Formats: sequence, structure tokens, C-alpha cells
Amino acid sequence: MSDTNSVKIQVRGLSKVFGHHPKKALELRDQGLDRAAIREKTGQTLGLSNIEFDVREGELLVIMGLSGSGKSTLIRCLNRLIEPTEGQIIIDGENIPELDDKALLQCRRRHFSMVFQNFALFPHRTVLGNAEFGLEIRGVEKAERQQRAIEALKQVGLEGWEQAMPRQLSGGMLQRVGLARALANDASVLLMDEAFSALDPLIRNDMQQELLQLQHRMRKTTIFITHDLDEALSIGDRIILLKDGEIVQIGTPEHILTQPANDYVRRFIEGVDMSRVLTASSAMHPVRATVRLGEGPRTALHRMRENGLDSIYVIDRDRRLMGIVEAEAVDRAARQGQESIDELIVTDSPRTAPDEPLHNLFAMFQQRSYPIAVVDEAGCLQGVVVKGSVLAELAETSSSQQESGSVGQPQPDAPQQGEKA
Amino acid sequence: MNFTIPSIPLGNWIEAGLDFLTGHYSNITRGISTVTQTGISSLNDGLMWLPPWVLIIAIALLSWRLAGVRLAMFSILGLGLIWNLGLWDPMIESFTLVVIATFVAVIIALPLGILAALSERFYRIIMPVLDFMQTMPAFVYLIPAIPFFGIGSVSAIFATVIFSMPPAIRFTTLGIRQVPVELMEAADAYGATKSQKLVKLQLPLSLPTIMAGINQTIMLALSMVVIAAMIGANGLGSEVWRAIQRLQPGAGFEAGIAVVILAMLLDRLTQTLRGKPE
Repeated sequence: MSDTNSVKIQVRGLSKVFGHHPKKALELRDQGLDRAAIREKTGQTLGLSNIEFDVREGELLVIMGLSGSGKSTLIRCLNRLIEPTEGQIIIDGENIPELDDKALLQCRRRHFSMVFQNFALFPHRTVLGNAEFGLEIRGVEKAERQQRAIEALKQVGLEGWEQAMPRQLSGGMLQRVGLARALANDASVLLMDEAFSALDPLIRNDMQQELLQLQHRMRKTTIFITHDLDEALSIGDRIILLKDGEIVQIGTPEHILTQPANDYVRRFIEGVDMSRVLTASSAMHPVRATVRLGEGPRTALHRMRENGLDSIYVIDRDRRLMGIVEAEAVDRAARQGQESIDELIVTDSPRTAPDEPLHNLFAMFQQRSYPIAVVDEAGCLQGVVVKGSVLAELAETSSSQQESGSVGQPQPDAPQQGEKA
Repeated sequence: MNFTIPSIPLGNWIEAGLDFLTGHYSNITRGISTVTQTGISSLNDGLMWLPPWVLIIAIALLSWRLAGVRLAMFSILGLGLIWNLGLWDPMIESFTLVVIATFVAVIIALPLGILAALSERFYRIIMPVLDFMQTMPAFVYLIPAIPFFGIGSVSAIFATVIFSMPPAIRFTTLGIRQVPVELMEAADAYGATKSQKLVKLQLPLSLPTIMAGINQTIMLALSMVVIAAMIGANGLGSEVWRAIQRLQPGAGFEAGIAVVILAMLLDRLTQTLRGKPE
């Protein structure tokens, strides 16, 4: 559908100074003064300084920073809700800061839809009236724009709410309307300004999952602003870390977790609950030995002794996990001269999917002393997670020897979240 | 107390200015006066041609639809009392005056209010003018009105429009300025033009506030009705005026109560219009 390598937006040398004498502030910046010193000397605030990055076609790019880091300024410079002081923003060959008023309107209509932290829905319009706003502004004919708005509302799970007024809706639903307004518009870039920050945690989680699904389905180029690192890590294809109006690091979530650019990033990610970000597959070891269904107890004992195990997984011919047998039981069976281990199999041994967050595994360890088997959708045994390896993984995420490919990436087959609030 | 400084001839200047204006433009203003007078008369005649009970029932029905049973009851009793006191025709004349003055005031006030909301410079120019218009004793407007429009209802309407317009302008400006910046930003983000923002966002959202301003304008216009009788405008005001001159407290209070009833009716009715959107 989309070429992940093609660049949608190029941002080069973007700076923003708040105040009446931006030139002076930029000169001081070029002499190496920092934000605080510039403010003290000139009274000007350096909002953004020399920002450079690319937005790739179809990616979900998260711009992440604490309050005052300039992230809201940055996203508003892209569609010139805030005028940038200097720099280039090139989208499809057009340099946005150079556009005249008329061209800017056209550019906003064609390229940008925006979702806001406080929803910014129009209280005097119905849900449908809100959703069709962008198209109405563009002069799309009524029947067509309503149909497209209804389509967008359907996509965010608000079918049947078209005639409701915003004040009748809960926070989560309001932001769905905000999202529908943006989707109906069918602009090429979706800007989301702290879109989920005003929602309570459970609903925020739902919305994140839904955004990921939508994004997966539509491959819409999305720029998502957040102050919440967990959110950034769980939805971003790439993350831009912003501090005091400057970019600290750009990279995939895993890259930022495993190779923090400096102490600031390191301190930042200290607070991250790794157990929610890292998945079972990152703490998984290969299974050293297995027995096949129908093999004898002596074979099983031999393999266990060879590998120093006190239990061993039983698989069938297709490597599907059947269960586990314990050394003690196998030993007894061998002495009694039994032919097969089939009757000794414990079938309810703990198992999990590769993309399960480590966080969810702790409870399983408390129940049994068995390791946790990692099985894929087909039920095939992929590996094993033992308590020690989980703790080790959490303790030293900085060492990146593990092949943890799916960390923080959008997961196409993530469990479906409940629809509707 | 001995002032040696000669007083500034402010009054002379103003009179000279007014003389100049009447000398050069009174043809036009007299023309306007004739047209307006025709409008007033035909509205008066139309309303008086209907039998009072038809109007009372019509207004009661309207009140019932807009505000409920209580206002409907009030309008039947109140208007019935005015009819009974023999003040029906003066009441209609006052009503006509208020309606036309309010109409003209709103027609002028809305664009000015919008302009003041959108342009900071115009806002700074017009606000002191509004203060002037509102605080200047209303009688004063009557004096220059006469050379321009002659004795009678048109001068009364002129003075009433000037006196009652400021709240409509202020509230319009206030309503538009109160539209949350986030909503304006959202409209901007989707590429709305200035006029699209005005029509689709600012005006609908400020409608309740604008209606509150119009309500104020109506009330001020009504308060001007009595004063306007001083320059020969017919209506409840002239009844009050006559009672004062003849020292008839009873008749004065009767006419006064009729003004109060008319005021309450107009106020409640326009307030329900304000309450409707959101």
C-alpha cells in the first residue's frame, strides 16, 4: 500500500522564538547560549531550536517531551497555527512557511487533520455536524460529506450516534468524534496533539489500541504528541524525544530503550515500567530438549539427565505443545516398565503468546514452579520463559543482546479491545 | 471662588457644528423622517385595526408556546388590564416605537459589534464612544433630534436608537470574543476562512449572548418611551407626561403600570428566545 521509505514531510532548521526580537535570540543561540540565558538577556523565549526530522509516509511518529519541551509548538508549526521563525517544512514539494494566506488554507485543507487534547468539538453541532466539518469547509457537497462523515463515525465505533450533541457524550466518545472529524477529512497527515491525555487510563488504553488498528488498516501518516513515555513506547513506530525545544533522540522505541542517547534519556526511561513494554519473546530462551508423543519413559529420562532438567515438554509431530512431564513421574513409570509417557502428561502447564507483556507473566509464576511455555497461534512451542530470565531481562534492558523484535511495535494481532464506552 | 480663566465655549462649538449639519443635511433627514413616519403610522394602524382581544389571544398563545402557561396567563391578565384602563392605543403606539427603535438599533449594532470583536483597533475606538452614548443623559439626544427630524415619533426613535444601541454592540462583541480559542484553533486547523469561522462558529456560539444584548436594548428602548413623550411622541409616555402636568397621580400610575406590564412581557418573551439555543 505505502512505501515506508518515501518521506512525507521534511523539517529542516526549524526554530521558533516567542517575542518581538527573534533575530537577536537566534544570534545568541548561534553563539552557543542556551534557552535560559537567552531569556535572561533578551526576554525572548526560544521555543524550538534547529529542529530537523523526516516524517515517513504511513508511519506513526510520536513526538514526546515533558511540558515546556516545545512539542505543542512543534506540531502547530507544521500547519502554521503558530508561525515558525525560521526553517523549512516541506510537504509534497511545498515549503509551508513560504505559503501565502490562500495557499496556506489550501494546504491545511489538503494535508492536515488535527485531533486536540481537549477535543475542541463544536458544542452547537451534532456529532455528524462535527465529523463533516472539515469537508464542509472545503465545500464538499452535502450528501457526499455526510456519507463520508457517517463512514468515519462507523470506523471509530460511533454508529448510531450521528444526531447526538457533544454534551451528551462521555470523554472517550468525544475524542472518537474528534478522531472521526479528522478521518472524514481524509487529509494526508493526521496530527494528534496529546489526543488521549485527557482520558482516564482504561479508556486511553482502548483508544491507543484502536488507533493502532486504524493506523494498521489505513496506513495514514500520523504525528502523535504526548508527554507520556509509556504511550509513546506502546504506539510509536518511531519516537522523537524533545527537551527544551531541541531534539534529544530520534529512534524506534526499542532503540531508545536500549541505546539512550544521553543521561537525560536514560533518566527518562528509568521510570518506564519495562514489564509493560517488553514481551515474552524478549525474555524467551530456546527449548533445549523435548520428547515426542509416544516416546518411552527411558528416552525422556535420558534427555532430562543430559540437559539437567527436572521436567520436559511433550510435543507432537508438528511441534505442537501437548504438555509437560516431571522427572519423578517418568522415573516411576520407567521402573514399572511402562511403554509410553502419554499418560503422565500434565496438560495445564502455563503457556503464553510471544507478544504477551512480561507484566502479565508474574501471576503465572506464582502458581506453579513450572517454566512458562511460549507458543504461537498454531500452538507450536517457540521457547520457554523462566522466572530468572524475566527478572534478568527487566534488570538489564540496556544490554541489547536479545532479539526482541516486537518490542513496542504495533502488533497486528494484539487482542481485540472492547468497542464503545 | 473667582475663576479668572474664561470658560471654554464648548456649547457654542457643538451648536455651530449642529447648525452646520442641519443647514446642509436636514433635507435628507427630513426625507428619512417622512419615510419613517409612514412606517410607524402603518404599523400603528395595522395593530390598532385588529380588535384588542384578537391581539391578546395571539400574544397569549405565543407566550404559551415560548415560555409556558404562566406567561400566557400573565399576558392575558396584563393586557386585559391595559385594555380595561383605556390605555390600549397608547400601549400600541409605545410598542411600535420600541419595535422600530430596537430593529434599527440591532441592524446597526450587529455589524459594529462583529467589527469590534474582530478588529482590536476598532474596538479601542468604539468602546469610549459607547460609554459616551450610554452615560450622556438621554434627554440631551432629544434636543438635536428635533431640528433633524422634527417634533414627534421619528425624533423619539432617533434618540431611542442612540441610547439603547450600546448593549447590543457590547454583547455582540463579548459573545464573539468569548468563543473558546481552542474551537477557533480547530477551525483554523481545518483551513476555515475568516467568514467561515464567523458564520459557522462565532455567530452561532455567541447567539445567546447577542440575544441577551438585544433584550437589554429592548428594555432601554422602553425606558426611553416616557422621556420621548417630551418631544411629542405619542404613547404611554405622553399619558404619564400629561398626568404629571395635571398633577393626577392616579392616571400617572395607571400609565406607569401599563409600561411595567409591557416591559415584563417583552423581557420574558425575549429571554426565552435567548434560552433556546444551548
